[in-house]
Amino acid sequence: MNPASNLQKMLDGGHFAVSGELGPPKSADISTLKHHAEDMRKHVDAYNITDNQTAIVRTSSIGVAATLMQMGLEPTVQMTVRDRNRICLQSDLLGAVSFGVRNFLCLQGDHAMFGNEPGSKNVNDIDSMQLLETVKNMRDKNVFIGGEELEHPLPPVFIGAVVNPFADPFEYRPYRLAKKIAAGAQFVQTQCIFDIDRFEKWMEKVRDLGLHKKVHIIGGVTPIKSIGAARYMQKNVSGMIVPEELITRIKGSEDKKKEGLNICVETIQRLREIEGVAGVHVMAIAWEEVVPEIVERAGLYPRPSLD
Amino acid sequence: MIVGERKPLAEIAAMLEPFKKVCVLGCGTCVTVCLSGGEKEAAETVAALTLLWQKEGKSSEANSLTMLRQCEYEYIDDLAAKLSEYDAVLSLACGVGVQTMTTRLQDKIVLPGLNTTFMGYPLEQGVWTENCLGCGNCVLDLTMGICPITRCSKSMLNGPCGGSQEGKCEVSKDVDCAWQLIYDRLIKLDLLHRMETVQPPKDWSTSHHGGVRTTVREDVKLESGQ
Repeated sequence: MNPASNLQKMLDGGHFAVSGELGPPKSADISTLKHHAEDMRKHVDAYNITDNQTAIVRTSSIGVAATLMQMGLEPTVQMTVRDRNRICLQSDLLGAVSFGVRNFLCLQGDHAMFGNEPGSKNVNDIDSMQLLETVKNMRDKNVFIGGEELEHPLPPVFIGAVVNPFADPFEYRPYRLAKKIAAGAQFVQTQCIFDIDRFEKWMEKVRDLGLHKKVHIIGGVTPIKSIGAARYMQKNVSGMIVPEELITRIKGSEDKKKEGLNICVETIQRLREIEGVAGVHVMAIAWEEVVPEIVERAGLYPRPSLD
Repeated sequence: MIVGERKPLAEIAAMLEPFKKVCVLGCGTCVTVCLSGGEKEAAETVAALTLLWQKEGKSSEANSLTMLRQCEYEYIDDLAAKLSEYDAVLSLACGVGVQTMTTRLQDKIVLPGLNTTFMGYPLEQGVWTENCLGCGNCVLDLTMGICPITRCSKSMLNGPCGGSQEGKCEVSKDVDCAWQLIYDRLIKLDLLHRMETVQPPKDWSTSHHGGVRTTVREDVKLESGQ
């Protein structure tokens, strides 16, 4: 099968991939997001666009993807199963493919109680695993969940999933990755890596199972902007581990923002040394302007040109 | 059992505003056991309403009665004559009881005194917990007795999400992660391989999503079609 996207080309070609992340705003004015996208143009291979992240109503991922396509940039559309049933998920997938989106990241989504519409219904008609299999079956078997055939075959799409080495049961997490691969995942992005020792332990088991050869594993990183941000992630973001020593290190530094960036760059450098890690996903939500610096300092610039 | 919680007194008083003579009707089965709508709670509700109305200088009057099950016509019929003297019935049954009463006693106004919360069981004295959603297509054989549809906050069928930490669900530290429980149980039973199979999308048409459900058992129906 031909590569579906630049991101797939990069990963299949064995290049250490770099992706960025854009969080759409709580309005239809996406001018700031477009600036951020433009600023990272030469530094990332693709852009994740979050899907109502933390259950907060925002401009839709697919809507923003259309704009990115017009800008000549490559989106990875995040799709959670929280807000849409199988009719809508499959229909939105077709809609996004129709205007050129090829990378899809299938997620469960944070529970709606965390967001700004806590009284909403959590749909969860299918789960994230089933969404992966759905996209795979639409692409490879030309069928919808209900068994009916697509009227025209889907072009190649690149199917992604998320994995969280920091969630429990820890011993089960590598097997969950195996299951996601079986369901259709071609690449996976991890939850933000702050506890790199735990990540390495997880990777050891992943390699023992040979999973790094079946899927592209992209490590998630986030630069810590402030002590407050670190504390917030430590206490309020589900499934995240922020070790106390990281906070102590930033606290003890003269330039706290710079130290946050240093930690992020060091993390990427360590990730590059780990066998089986195929790329990095930089999630600098609300601090997008530092992405070029991080990518450059991590030695990942310029990006390979594959055309 | 069906678990309920009595509505706040102010809400009950507001819905009873237009009525002069009210029967607070307890139900003797599920809601008696979960201490929300039985004989005792009916009497307490009457006492509270009487006190409130006295304070407000209202002339309304309430009495309590209790029947075995408000969800069966035969018990409703036994009580129908007694209820005729009341302007309204405040039912302390679950939503099933309120609606069965309304269906059987078309001329009566039957109002809900409880919020029907869930199907569940008493975890300990004073604590009830939900464990069945009535989805119409039981999967407890796959997970060896722990329901992921009900007890996973995201009704996931294929293992724990990334929000499971230290055995707890991301929605609350007071809620166990159902998939941690299932994982532990499958290990104990040496059945962990079951979690490897990708479970296909669930057919929700057997649940409420398929519309209002009715069960018909031809073998036990009366010939007359009653």
